Amino acid sequence: MADDAVVVDDLHKHFGSTYALRGVSLTVPAGTVCGLLGPNGAGKTTAVRIVTTLLRADSGRVTVAGHDVTREPDQVRRSLGLAGQAATVDGLLTGVQNLVMIGKLYHLPSKVAKARADELLERFSLTDAGGRIAKEYSGGMRRRLDLAASLVAAPPVLVLDEPTTGLDPHARAETWDVIEELVRAGTTLLLTTQYLEEADRLADQIVVVDHGEVVADGTPAALKAEVGGQRLEVTVVGDPAAARAVLARHGTVTLRDGRLSVDAAGGASRVAEVAAALADAGIEVDDLGLHRPSLDEVFLRLTGHAPTDTNDTADSADVAHTTPTSEEIPV
Amino acid sequence: MSTLDLTLPAGATNPLARLGWAVRDSVTVAGRSLRQIRRVPERLSDVTIQPVMFVLLFAEVFGTAITVPGGGSYHEYLLPGIIAQTTVFGCFGASVSMATDLHEGFVDRLRSLPIARSSIITGRLLAELATASFGLAVTLVVGVIVSWRVHRGVGHTLLGLLVLAVFLIAMTWLGLLIGMLVRSPDAVPGILFPVLFPVTFLANTFVPLKGLPGWLRAVAEWNPVSAVVAATRDEFGNPNPGISSWPLRHALPVSLGWGVGLIVVFGGLALLRWRKVSAG
Repeated sequence: MADDAVVVDDLHKHFGSTYALRGVSLTVPAGTVCGLLGPNGAGKTTAVRIVTTLLRADSGRVTVAGHDVTREPDQVRRSLGLAGQAATVDGLLTGVQNLVMIGKLYHLPSKVAKARADELLERFSLTDAGGRIAKEYSGGMRRRLDLAASLVAAPPVLVLDEPTTGLDPHARAETWDVIEELVRAGTTLLLTTQYLEEADRLADQIVVVDHGEVVADGTPAALKAEVGGQRLEVTVVGDPAAARAVLARHGTVTLRDGRLSVDAAGGASRVAEVAAALADAGIEVDDLGLHRPSLDEVFLRLTGHAPTDTNDTADSADVAHTTPTSEEIPV
Repeated sequence: MSTLDLTLPAGATNPLARLGWAVRDSVTVAGRSLRQIRRVPERLSDVTIQPVMFVLLFAEVFGTAITVPGGGSYHEYLLPGIIAQTTVFGCFGASVSMATDLHEGFVDRLRSLPIARSSIITGRLLAELATASFGLAVTLVVGVIVSWRVHRGVGHTLLGLLVLAVFLIAMTWLGLLIGMLVRSPDAVPGILFPVLFPVTFLANTFVPLKGLPGWLRAVAEWNPVSAVVAATRDEFGNPNPGISSWPLRHALPVSLGWGVGLIVVFGGLALLRWRKVSAG
């Protein structure tokens, strides 16, 4: 297998007059996790469908495990597993029937297909549910069955399209555990998500897309560093004007939601310094601490809008609390 | 992580081996559709309960008022009509299931696997044909119960069934085609009912054509459903009155011609559409 499990080079795709992808490139080294992050309509699913041979690009080149998606689609299909909103299990078949059918379609011998189904059901804690139809599964169980279905032939590359969209927090955490286990076992993973927390937790490398273009590409840490290092945040009792003056000695101060913040390159020593200065000035501090920028802030900075702007699916509330709601006002 | 040997068999290299895999994949896909029926037996209702209901309603209600010109039992006259109608309505189930699979992303799951893409649609075709054949068998049994009989021996009976089978294949292709054209499965009834009802009723299905005004009668006589009904009545030896027009006098070749022609047209269009849908 090539060292780069997935290579996407300058991908373009339009539907009518709408441009879904406008020159997307990314590389996923074997054994790593790449998170394709962006709001609904950013082009994530289009990219996934092209990588998994479900859709043809207008231009650009994609290879999976060294095979070109347009010239050797069958080789690509043999090398990857797909799960998520782009492909689902049959709700009217049982868990076992779904997995056995897929095994047969991979042309595994019947016995192997059955044994593999049992093995996967056990691994995903679905053994007891194996005889029930998938429609009756809970959201989390169904997603696990979906994952199991993508793993029937133990493919070296796994593509997960929004694996946790619409799941409740508990089921989401469950799915993350399963994905992390797969990654530990050496599977290369291309994952799309609109949850920053998810990309942050699972991905080695994050590619941020918006309106069909890559707006940023790097490790979660590098992306965070790009929008600035950690900041010192202070909330004071009463009028923040005096505190603002104190903080201004250390850099440009911003005020947001009643919270003052300033660059904190010095880390912990800066905290002590500022705390002492505030105490000297007789200012009563309500809260003071270091703050690392969240990926929400990264996203806002990179795209000019919050990641959930166009999001009409469930769970938008759980990222809203870290999404800036008022404009940053330089003081 | 797995103790099993999950090495995939090498891909087919020659056309014959490819065909072999395509057939095997079609059977796997068809098996999946048939397994669904065990979970949702009501899916069979349009090919079982519905025709049985038609047999009983028409036989007992219309049968009391309609005299078959030239004599003969209305039950025997009716049954080939009901069977032909069931055959036409077969396209309904085919389009709903096709549209549902496309709509729910299951087709994408299949398309992401290293299988012959044609097997996704031929598998669906096989499953629909199996379902419809089961429905036809049920209708025939109910027919026998209400005293419908065949009178011309095994050969002619098989010929009659062949006419129905050919027409059923054509209608199933039509169903698959519609299923790939609609935006969602919900749209199917709205499109098909206004077409299928006139097609099955503006024919010799339930009543002899001789009372119809001239132009309407011509339409009905050239309706392929009329040829199918007339041919099966002939072959089963059931009453077949009012055969004055050319297509109905040559019902067997005309009905087979219609069937084969429609298979070519609908099948061809469906495969073209499938190529477009499955190419993404």
